Amino acid sequence: MSIAVQHDDFDFAAEYAALRNRHRETGAIVSFVGLVRDFSDAQTVQHIELEHYPGMCENVLAQLVEEATERWQLLGARIVHRIGKLHPGDQIVLVLAAAPHRADAFSACEFMIDALKTRAPFWKKQTTTHGSEWLATKTSDQQRAARWNPEDRT
Amino acid sequence: MKITLLYFGRPAEKLGIHQESVEVPDTLQTLHELAAWLGQRGEAWAHELTESRVQFARNQTLVARNTPFAAADEIAVFSPISGG
Repeated sequence: MSIAVQHDDFDFAAEYAALRNRHRETGAIVSFVGLVRDFSDAQTVQHIELEHYPGMCENVLAQLVEEATERWQLLGARIVHRIGKLHPGDQIVLVLAAAPHRADAFSACEFMIDALKTRAPFWKKQTTTHGSEWLATKTSDQQRAARWNPEDRT
Repeated sequence: MKITLLYFGRPAEKLGIHQESVEVPDTLQTLHELAAWLGQRGEAWAHELTESRVQFARNQTLVARNTPFAAADEIAVFSPISGG
């Protein structure tokens, strides 16, 4: 499977090796790893809780991989997203894109994480020293994702 | 008509519900009307289902509030998504 939603942490080296060994034509692999920050609006983050919509979430992630594969020349892609209780410094999400050339790998990786932010049904509850709140996708995230819409491209 | 309602994120926590099977009036046509109808359950419901606070998925696809729904649909109600 090219996608996974899991409680367990992921092994970056193992994921990278699996993709690296898949095709001899691979010339570039671009990776993105998202981490839990230890601060937010000057408040100390104690932990976050990640919830997802089972079924729909996996389908959306698979769709993102499919769209990236249609749009760029890729030899493989992988998205792993964690759910459950996470602490500052923990890994949350992994996106890998393998391609014959770096330009396709860079673009595909960036597209997948940007689109994931606005389309994949995950919810994040952040607990700081000031209490708990449900986080929403930032305007800057929406603007980043919108850059990839075909009608907005120049 | 009978539909399945799922709740995620803030409304699930604040209303203390994750899933229910509900018989709704056939006169309801859009998700906006459904949210208004659910809002009649009380102050907390009306507050949590306010337009700016929730998004919808119909049969596991993100949709706008003015989207029509039908019998046997799976409708999810949730606070704005925030993955990654």
